[in-house]
Amino acid sequence: MQYLLLIYSNEKEMAALKPAEITSMTAEYTEFTKGIIQAGQFKAGDRLKPTSAATTVRVRNGQTVTTDGPFAETREQLGGYYLVDAKNLDEAIAIAARIPGARIGSIEVRPIWPPQT
Amino acid sequence: MNASRGDQGFEAIFRREAGRVLATLIRLLGDFDSAEEARQEAFIAAVEQWPIQGIPENPGAWLIRTGRNKAVDRIRRDVVFRTKVQGREIASAEADAAAIAEDEDDGTFGDDRLRLIFTCCHPALSAEAHIALTLREVCGLTTQAVARAFLVSEETMAQRLVRAKKKIRDAGIPYETPEPSLFNQRIQGVLAVVYGVFTEGYAATAGSRLVDAELCSEAIRLGRLLDELLPRNASVLGLLAMMLLHDARRGARVSPNGDVVLLEDQDRAQWDRAEIAEGLALVEQALNVPGQISPYAVQAAIAALHVRAKTKEDTDWPQIVGLYEVLLRLQPSPVIELNHAVAVSMVDGAARALDLVDSLQARGQVSEYHLLHAARGRLLQQLARPHEAREAYLAALHLATLEPERRLLMARIAGIDAAPDGA
Repeated sequence: MQYLLLIYSNEKEMAALKPAEITSMTAEYTEFTKGIIQAGQFKAGDRLKPTSAATTVRVRNGQTVTTDGPFAETREQLGGYYLVDAKNLDEAIAIAARIPGARIGSIEVRPIWPPQT
Repeated sequence: MNASRGDQGFEAIFRREAGRVLATLIRLLGDFDSAEEARQEAFIAAVEQWPIQGIPENPGAWLIRTGRNKAVDRIRRDVVFRTKVQGREIASAEADAAAIAEDEDDGTFGDDRLRLIFTCCHPALSAEAHIALTLREVCGLTTQAVARAFLVSEETMAQRLVRAKKKIRDAGIPYETPEPSLFNQRIQGVLAVVYGVFTEGYAATAGSRLVDAELCSEAIRLGRLLDELLPRNASVLGLLAMMLLHDARRGARVSPNGDVVLLEDQDRAQWDRAEIAEGLALVEQALNVPGQISPYAVQAAIAALHVRAKTKEDTDWPQIVGLYEVLLRLQPSPVIELNHAVAVSMVDGAARALDLVDSLQARGQVSEYHLLHAARGRLLQQLARPHEAREAYLAALHLATLEPERRLLMARIAGIDAAPDGA
């Protein structure tokens, strides 16, 4: 089964990290990603630019409405994701728990609909 | 399960076998819904055939075999369903069905029931779902009975169950026992569910009924099942001991009018001696398992000290205080702090205990807990401060939702109002 692991954290708190902490965390992410690639679980993953760079698009009554910022103001913001292949939810949870960001923020584990046959 | 199941004395057999049958069918058929349908059809077939053929020697195996056969028949009939049984081919489903003869020993059944319990209590499900699923799927209570126990409509409970099973399907919650590194954590989750069922039965949170004997019995039955499946586990033994020692007093907790009878006022002759004996033996076992001490075992040890006392004056309060302090180090919680304070009042007096309770209240975690205010009221009464006691009881009344508890509080207030000088 495929799962999308959505990495949420409070952007202000993240921005306040010291350079040494950022370097250390980046190294952990590299380690982690290598690990799940080797395990055959990795499908995709990216770090997102902050919500200050986000734009929200809605089309209503044929009009495209574009607004600055994320779709909603939330206490924690989406900062990155991994798309993984896992046997079941327990395996997906185990992967999510090893994401470095899980210690600071929240990882939402969303199952993906299998392709319609 | 519903009324169409019939009532020729098969009820008891069905209840006993329900969890085991479901657990095995889930493993054979691959998902909850197919297994439930199959079990239901097996029960219907039993009601039709057992009066004629007689009750089989191994009713559980008969129900499993029948349920499996009905499911395979349905697979054959339903072409669309055929390709979607979680990717399994008919051939493999039939191979499993054919293999069932070899799978009938208790060892395999044991594993299946454990898988079922762990699945029903999976952390990805809500707390409500844990209790609903466990009572329905493991204990075999009807949806109506579970709904009644939690004071919701049958429709609401049915929807809760549907949502929970949908989550299991959609999110891919596996039908497995957890891997060794997670086992302990997950077991604590299961025990918390069982404890939740017991406390709901022992001291319900709302409504007019103080105790629900059936829920207590189900919780104890679950405890025994867990002990059978996971022998010599300190937490399981501790929880089972605690439940038995509390359940032993259940009859004495309620007066014929449905009023609360506090521990100190209970008729100890009404306590169930058999449950006490069993509970005391289990406490010993729980405390003697090498390794970490379980908070449940400590709570059971406290209950043991209460039941050992022939009269309330014989109660070994200093030891109880000591055990509460052990418990607070293992598992700090406001409720336990409150119980500790009440025990302290029996050893060091009401003033010292009141200091502890006030300090607890000041930390702000339990101001919505009616028993905190009730405890303050008692202590203030003992300190001959009736006006403050009355205020505390009123605060408790404001928060209490259980009818028998409300009556007790109102009686306390009336007692203060009626006494000369308000003493």
